[in-house]
Amino acid sequence: MSDFLVLRVIAKLLIPFILLFGFYVQMHGDYGPGGGFQAGVIVAAAFVLYAIVFDVKTARRVAPMAALVSLACLGVLLYAGVGVANLIYGGRFLEYGALAHDPAHGNHIGILIIEIGVGIAVAAVMMIIFFSFARRR
Amino acid sequence: MSAGHLPILQVAIPLIAAPLCVLLRRPGLAWAFTTLVSWALFAISILLLIRVLADGTISYHLGGWAPPFGIEYRLDAVNSFVLLVITGIAAVVTPYARQSVAQEIAAPRHNLFYALYLLALTGLLGITATGDAFNIYVFMEISSLASYVLIALGPSRRARAAAFQYLIMGTIGATFLLIGIGLLYMMTGTLNLADLSVRIHEVPDMRPIYAAFAFVTIGVLIKLALFPLHIWLPNAYTYAPTAVSAFLAASATKVGAYVLLRFVFTLFGQEFSFERMPLMEILMPLSLVAILVGSGVAIFQTNLKRLFAYSSIAQIGYLALGISFASTSGLTGAIVHIFNHAMMKGGIFLALGCIMLRTGSVELSALNGLGRRMPFTMAALVIGGLGLVGVPVTSGFVSKWYLVQAALEADLWPVALLILLGSLLALIYVGRVIEAAYFRTPAPEAPAYREAPWQMLLPTWILIAASLYFGVHTEITVGVAERAAATLLGGAS
Amino acid sequence: MDILNHINYWAAIALAAIGLYAVVARANLIKKLIGLSLFQTAVFLLFITVGKITGGTAPILDAAYEVYSNPLPHVLILTAIVVSVSTLAVGLALAIAIKRDYGTVEEDEIHAEDSAAGPDKA
Repeated sequence: MSDFLVLRVIAKLLIPFILLFGFYVQMHGDYGPGGGFQAGVIVAAAFVLYAIVFDVKTARRVAPMAALVSLACLGVLLYAGVGVANLIYGGRFLEYGALAHDPAHGNHIGILIIEIGVGIAVAAVMMIIFFSFARRR
Repeated sequence: MSAGHLPILQVAIPLIAAPLCVLLRRPGLAWAFTTLVSWALFAISILLLIRVLADGTISYHLGGWAPPFGIEYRLDAVNSFVLLVITGIAAVVTPYARQSVAQEIAAPRHNLFYALYLLALTGLLGITATGDAFNIYVFMEISSLASYVLIALGPSRRARAAAFQYLIMGTIGATFLLIGIGLLYMMTGTLNLADLSVRIHEVPDMRPIYAAFAFVTIGVLIKLALFPLHIWLPNAYTYAPTAVSAFLAASATKVGAYVLLRFVFTLFGQEFSFERMPLMEILMPLSLVAILVGSGVAIFQTNLKRLFAYSSIAQIGYLALGISFASTSGLTGAIVHIFNHAMMKGGIFLALGCIMLRTGSVELSALNGLGRRMPFTMAALVIGGLGLVGVPVTSGFVSKWYLVQAALEADLWPVALLILLGSLLALIYVGRVIEAAYFRTPAPEAPAYREAPWQMLLPTWILIAASLYFGVHTEITVGVAERAAATLLGGAS
Repeated sequence: MDILNHINYWAAIALAAIGLYAVVARANLIKKLIGLSLFQTAVFLLFITVGKITGGTAPILDAAYEVYSNPLPHVLILTAIVVSVSTLAVGLALAIAIKRDYGTVEEDEIHAEDSAAGPDKA
């Protein structure tokens, strides 16, 4: 696709904003519509767009497979880690209220970390799926 | 952290362990870690079962949200028993898996294999522990997706085709379950199984509930692989890596049977399932056909894994038959058979893995004269096989005893005869194995195979010994199964 | 009209039937997967439309509104969509592996290859 000048310029312009929007959706998720799932897909979409418009090789250099696999695992671990942390702080699994003295505050922290974990995992997995199909031929 | 968190730890530990396993990378390390995890899970399930038997039902509220709004893990005699079976199988198969996996799967993939294995385990444990209908669907898909990939890792290219077929069937089954759960949710506004069981009887228009019942039952029967929804099973078990065959044959279908029990008795209730819906009229003929066809087809198989996969279909027939009686002895038989069949079939597939490791084949012809070369492996295979027949002293006899008793109680003596006929057919296919192993001479060009390594023999024999032990000392298994049956029938009102 | 009132059910049933038909009737593995996805999506549609409450707005707490749509089906289906995407990814990966091993993604040709290779030989 290297010949399409318009596409390349527009994509270059768009990708930072897609990423920014992804982060907005991520951080906004605890009080409004949004959250880790959506944000992860949006962030992954930025990489996928880059890979389609420019080339898969460069995109894979930015996000190597081994790193993505590790990130996906870390995302899940972050999620489950919060659950376990709640157990240690005397709450039930995923009872975020136990994370801080003020339950409301604890809930806030808990869901934020959980959503970040989900976001990382989803973004990584979406990219893994795309790259593992895209590298064929 | 107190013992009160055990129900969630049972599911959360393998879930956390799976990504850790991916990060470990080194095959040996991943295996050792998975083994430790599976033993820890087994210990937890024993503690849980003891607590449930002593204090009654345990209810754990995820996130501190009380049911019916929050997700609840609800453990009674039924599912804590099934948890014990699954974790027990995992605790035995995991240490075994090392050599079997090393032979059948390329080393760089080992950490991924163990991660998938843990995910499949997570799913099975989650299905069993949860008290939330939608959660069952999600965990079922987690375990199924992991199993599809595990099966596809098999050495033959047919493993991929088998996994694909299973994926199609499994997804249709799970989606049917989802439709059923959706209909239930529409009519009652709740997803908690205990809450649902009360509310579905208050629904003014029962027609959607009838539809939900049909969808749920068929969805679960696909997962359970009851005849005629079994076509995915033989190929999947035949071509999967042997450790996977052993694990899935011993646990996945058992969980399917558990889900059927849970939906039919706890959720819909015995009265609804058997008096307003014709479950007995459907389940009983199908399970009898499954017993006869499964055993009958098994006789003509030359691939041992396929032979015992068809025998699994027959054994699933026994499970479903026990459920279809909807009586105490029938359910006791079914629940005891969940345990006994897991031990026997697990042991048999592990023995097949030993044969695979040494001879590189599980064709019947590879067995010729193997009784002298690999005496321990073959003895395990034969004892496991006799258990499938239901010879006294083996645990298979116990479950069949209860099933025959249930049939006679229900005045269905033809059914009792058919159960015995099924055993006779099983005797034929087990007899073929015995004949090949002990009464045929090995081909002259066959190398002198050594006995399998002890790391594989020991797990095999643990399961076989367990199947013998619980064939004689029935107090524990039957005692728990009777309580579980009473829970299911009593919770029906 | 009664039928039009339940248009969401009809749409879901029609889509599910089309999807299931494709799974059963098509020999091409990719087409089967498309059918499977369609089937699953039809069920999602069923769930989502049930969550809609007439006159209800998006379920975000605000003093200006009193009637909200039911958010629970959305959450459930968000999870189910993840499951569906994973299933599709696994299915496609298997299809690629089958293409690599068999050189085809047509079911009948795979069966033909298998039976030509003899029973239970790789």
